Amino acid sequence: MSPFVIDIQNLVFQWPGKHGFRLSIPQFLVRRGERVFLQGASGSGKSTLLSLLGGVLQPQPCHLRVLDTDLTTLTSSARDRFRVDHVGFLFQQFNLVPYLSVLENVLLPCRFSQRRRRQALESATSLEQSADRLLGQLGLDATLARQPVTALSVGQQQRVAAARALIGHPELIIADEPTSALDAGRQAEFLDLLLSRCDDENVTLIFVSHDQRLGSHFSRTVDLNELCETTAL
Amino acid sequence: MPKCGGSGLKSLFSLAFASAWNRRATLGLMAVSIALSVMLLLGVEQLRTQARESFSQSISGTDLVVGARTSPIQLMLYAVFRLGDATHNIRWASFQAMAAHPAVAWAVPISLGDSHRDFAVIGTTSAYFKYFRYGDRRLLAFAAGKPFTDIFDAVIGADVAAQLGYQVGDSIVLNHGAKGLGLTEHADKPFKVSGILKRTGLPVDRSVHVSLEGIEAIHLDWQGGAPMPGVSIPAEYVRKFDLAPKEITAALIGLKSRAGVFQMQRFINQYKGEPLLAVLPGVALDELWSIVGIVEKSLLAISALVVAVGLSGLVAVVLAGLGERRRELAILRSVGAGPRVVFLLLAIEGLMVVVAGALLGVLGLAVLSLFAAPVLEARLGISLAVGMLSAEAWQLLLLVMAIGFLVSLVPGYRAYRLSLSDGLTPRL
Repeated sequence: MSPFVIDIQNLVFQWPGKHGFRLSIPQFLVRRGERVFLQGASGSGKSTLLSLLGGVLQPQPCHLRVLDTDLTTLTSSARDRFRVDHVGFLFQQFNLVPYLSVLENVLLPCRFSQRRRRQALESATSLEQSADRLLGQLGLDATLARQPVTALSVGQQQRVAAARALIGHPELIIADEPTSALDAGRQAEFLDLLLSRCDDENVTLIFVSHDQRLGSHFSRTVDLNELCETTAL
Repeated sequence: MPKCGGSGLKSLFSLAFASAWNRRATLGLMAVSIALSVMLLLGVEQLRTQARESFSQSISGTDLVVGARTSPIQLMLYAVFRLGDATHNIRWASFQAMAAHPAVAWAVPISLGDSHRDFAVIGTTSAYFKYFRYGDRRLLAFAAGKPFTDIFDAVIGADVAAQLGYQVGDSIVLNHGAKGLGLTEHADKPFKVSGILKRTGLPVDRSVHVSLEGIEAIHLDWQGGAPMPGVSIPAEYVRKFDLAPKEITAALIGLKSRAGVFQMQRFINQYKGEPLLAVLPGVALDELWSIVGIVEKSLLAISALVVAVGLSGLVAVVLAGLGERRRELAILRSVGAGPRVVFLLLAIEGLMVVVAGALLGVLGLAVLSLFAAPVLEARLGISLAVGMLSAEAWQLLLLVMAIGFLVSLVPGYRAYRLSLSDGLTPRL
């Protein structure tokens, strides 16, 4: 087993179309259990990199391994499968499906992945219990679980989204500006909760933000501009 | 489709349902508009079938309709539907010869040419009320009064009574000539309403029935379609004249055995005395319907268009809502939903609205026909079978749902394209 959760060598991705730009990453290695802070504004190829890591986009033939899986050889449906089995995603805002309850939102990955479902049930008697426990650990009252997500504050919504990313023990969490919609006090609180969860569950975390101040919470900071080259055509 | 947590399709349906329920106000309206269009389509189909049935039963139990030689359709038009005029009449002697034929069970003479206001006057015998059948072999029934017995008695149809407000015992004056043209009146010889018929939904409703003798009587002092100048025979004296009819317009004939119908038809068509035509009413009615049928087909086409409008409205609404759902689709993508799952999600959502709309339409039509059936029966004589859809109507319904599913693929495909290009980060 490779010590790297993410192992990228000489990756090149070319967006199709007239206005498509090219992104190249000479090398990017992330060790198991690392907390990486990826710093960069939008337009620095952030979205493209995250989509490549999540297997939504497929690069030109290169070395792209995530969790010892060569993503370049998988079919698109196998990549969809891989994504939900092994990666939890956390977005900036509006992270939740509006027509599902808090609980249903948290359990979404278990709908699409046997593996996540099985792992969620390993330490709990039911999926609901597993979700309730995660929500509790993230500081959310159990009474919120059955409410519609629209009744929640932005901060609460982000915690629900974190619970969804964490449910069923994925090995990797990719968080894309999850704190940018929160005020400074709540940012720190949310970050502490997320990091302690990742520590407890021994999950590798890639955290993307333009906000340099947050970098101090992480074991390693990577500047996106140095990591990858983007060329507009 | 990737396997989704062991309960793939079920999970997909529950997601689609939750999503549709979330936008129930908009989609509910769409379902209602589809329901209305389905109601119209099935209603027209239902009415068309029933109208056709009623039409083909405008006359039943009559084996042959006889008139002077003309086209079968024209004969049916004036003899049964009181439309247009006969070019020639039949001699009374010919009628008597037919009536006396051993194969003939009964014969009813019909004499046309006069009118009362806008309604046709037919001269006949009381046998008319005994043998004329329509629909499911129903006889004419009286709402009030009785058949004519006197020369100047008249039996009026339901529309005549309703529109002119006549009651039994009222006095009416006939006009000479076809409806609307009747400028000259037989004012000297008024008739008395002896009976009012129940509504049939047939031209009978719009007819005034008098005896053949009555027709003869009002024309005693007439010649060549106009009163004879200087001659006037008062009503009191007509009984002194020979009122036996000389000519009639048409005849309805019932046979002792249906098996002899073609033989009898040949006998009449080859009648030596004068050129006659006998038609089998069922055959001629079918021929007539093929002309009328264009209208019903156009109606059906229009209602099909209305359904198309309803379905395209649905596509427009789902497509318009897609823009604000890109984030949601990205979330689903992040938890492993492939573009195909997204496609199915949208297609299922559309299909659910179509199916809900179609079922609502069927239900609505059932409720409506429950209320409309008595009115239709009374007003148009069309008997509407409540709650039962014909095989054709079911086929139409299935067709609507199939097309609904096909058009639901449009927003599905659009969502598929969006989720492919957006991936996890929708460009909003």
